[in-house]
Amino acid sequence: MALCDRRLAAWLVVALTTLFAPALAMRCVVALAVPDAPASAWAAAVPVRVGSKSFTESYVVAEIVARIAEQVGEAPVARKFGLGGTGIVYGALASGEIDVYVDYTGTVSRAILKDPSVTGVDALRARLGALGLTISDPLGFANTYALAVRRETATRLGLKAISEVARHHELTAAFDPGFLDRDDGWPGLRRHYGLRVADVRSMEHALTYQALQSGRVDLIDVFSTDGQLARADVVMLEDDRRFFPEYAAVLLARASLPERLPRTWNALQQRLVGRIDNRTMARLNAAVELDGRTFARAAAEFLGEHGASGETPRRRALARDVGKLTLEHLVLVGVSLAVAVAIGLPLGLGAARRRLLGQAELMAVGVLQTIPALALLAFMIPFFGIGKLPALVALSLYALLPIVRNTYAGVTSLDRRLVDMAAVMRLGRWQRLRWIEMPLASVTIMAGIKTAAVLTVGTATLAAFIGGGGYGTLIVTGLALNDVTMILAGAIPAALMALVIHVAFELLDRLVVPRALRGAPGTAR
Amino acid sequence: MIALRDVTKAFDGRVAVEHVSLSVEPGTTRVLLGSTGAGKSTIVRLILGLIRPDSGDVTVDGVRLDPATRGDILRRMGYVVQEGALYPHLTAAGNATLPARAERWTAPRVAARLAALTELVGLERGLLDLYPAELSGGQRQRVGLVRALMLDPAVLLLDEPLGALDPISRAELQTHLVRIFRELRKTVVLVTHDIREAFLFGSTITVLDGGRVVQEGTFGDLARRPAAPFVAEFLRAQAPPPEMSAYL
Repeated sequence: MALCDRRLAAWLVVALTTLFAPALAMRCVVALAVPDAPASAWAAAVPVRVGSKSFTESYVVAEIVARIAEQVGEAPVARKFGLGGTGIVYGALASGEIDVYVDYTGTVSRAILKDPSVTGVDALRARLGALGLTISDPLGFANTYALAVRRETATRLGLKAISEVARHHELTAAFDPGFLDRDDGWPGLRRHYGLRVADVRSMEHALTYQALQSGRVDLIDVFSTDGQLARADVVMLEDDRRFFPEYAAVLLARASLPERLPRTWNALQQRLVGRIDNRTMARLNAAVELDGRTFARAAAEFLGEHGASGETPRRRALARDVGKLTLEHLVLVGVSLAVAVAIGLPLGLGAARRRLLGQAELMAVGVLQTIPALALLAFMIPFFGIGKLPALVALSLYALLPIVRNTYAGVTSLDRRLVDMAAVMRLGRWQRLRWIEMPLASVTIMAGIKTAAVLTVGTATLAAFIGGGGYGTLIVTGLALNDVTMILAGAIPAALMALVIHVAFELLDRLVVPRALRGAPGTAR
Repeated sequence: MIALRDVTKAFDGRVAVEHVSLSVEPGTTRVLLGSTGAGKSTIVRLILGLIRPDSGDVTVDGVRLDPATRGDILRRMGYVVQEGALYPHLTAAGNATLPARAERWTAPRVAARLAALTELVGLERGLLDLYPAELSGGQRQRVGLVRALMLDPAVLLLDEPLGALDPISRAELQTHLVRIFRELRKTVVLVTHDIREAFLFGSTITVLDGGRVVQEGTFGDLARRPAAPFVAEFLRAQAPPPEMSAYL
């Protein structure tokens, strides 16, 4: 009796540690994230939540928006940065998880309203009103495609506009694969202007500036606010026949924001509308991408807050974050794994009891696994918004398959004679489960949980795309900045955590798996 | 009394036992003798209610075996199979006392019963803390026997209990078992393909071939008046050659 009870206790330890350790960690994270809770009047007020996509410009302008809102002081400010692409950040806005972010008119008409014929801010604002949203007037800069040549080339050939390129068939070009492909990129542009060039190469955007400056090519595609434009000796050609759609930056906000926080909204309009031109934006992007400034520092510089808070170089700021991100990541992995075990074990056992139901169940869980993790995360937004909760739900669902499968396999592959013997001894359903099936299947079940744990450590890095925090935050930001150090600062700890978890589970095995079965495959005689 | 009446059972269209009728009187030992695949084990599994007959029925003490009565009937049965079918994650003691713990016996009662039975089957007490993988075949079999006897069932069903043992352990345990069964006056059904074992244990032997009963009787009946060529052939195949007997 004592032996079996110890085993049961061990299983309880597995369940409880996976359940409560993260809860404890979560408290620490909260404590870390809010070092000293504001005691002022608006502590209880609804914050203004500022979102951003996960690329440099979006982060920088979002930080500027957040700082202006803080200066107004009408409501506390919550930063929800790095929310992937338009789909996720717009989903967050539409579901009321954020109040404002910066988007572009072309994106609003094409990707959000799905009607490219809607142009002009007034028309867009009218259409967005029906969705409970609004936009500001343009901030000044536009993130559109453009063509660029070396200044020397422009002077020599007298090039100012794209139409003039049509006369120079001898030019060679390097374009980003996306630009080469899209109909609002090279194919359309060539038709529109009747362009012909000597050679076109496909090249990663980050490399095209280098190719241009070293003289290997004469013509490249650029974004009109690229940081490199502020540094490189290049000339952007005018789109004189207006081919590229307008991508003017605007604040996209919930219609309730101007009503709820009129002073904040007015301040944002006054200080941003028409105030950031392409050169300024390119300069800010360069400060971050080329000089290694933090978003905060770049934003502070734009707002004239010299020396205020932006002194921390990015690398040091990053090191400070690793502790907090580790806890966040542990919470993501621990909680979602605990939930997956709590759901997956009974599902697996149920599947083993009723074979037909079991097959249906295994298929359903299998199908779940075929959904790409990032898509699954995005699907969660309409139901759970952004942040930790949707990430936890998605990660739990994602961790189910190995647990359910292995539980099912572990229980159904038991030696038939051992199962018969339990029946002949008239063991009750629980006795059979506790004394026979769980211990015998424990090696297989633990292997499933281990697989799920290690997989979840990796998948959890994607949670950052929906504001779930964790190591992914560094990876997402690093990808946006093309900063390999920052990407590794997220990826290496994640890999280490996977290793640590693997070792921890080896130790846990000693608690859960009966001594006589350790090191032996599943169900020995 | 255990009775099978015209029982047929097929697995995936392959007949395992066909129109089998037999009855075992209380306190007697019945040997089911035959080659591999003759249907011997299937009969034991039918008696235990682990499988249900396609036609015909099984009764124990006049009660028809069905899902509703199975629990009560199993209460009176002990089951031993080849190698003991011990749970690898439990010690010898853990295995042997499982039925008593399932019945929620008190610890002293379990301990007393375990002590009595280990002595009865000749198992050294020091072995009780070992895991099955650490025991010899004969020791494992004795543990399996203790487990089957734990609740003092009226009926013992033994499916090739000595099949995997070396000749010496086998002979030793055979003698031991015969004595135990006589002492305890259990109803015993023993499955074997070994005629020496059949001779030692069986007051009545049922010979099976291809799922059918070929002959029923004492060893003398089978040897002197084989009902079918198969019976004579089966006995002859296992008899030591006369030249060898001269040496023994």
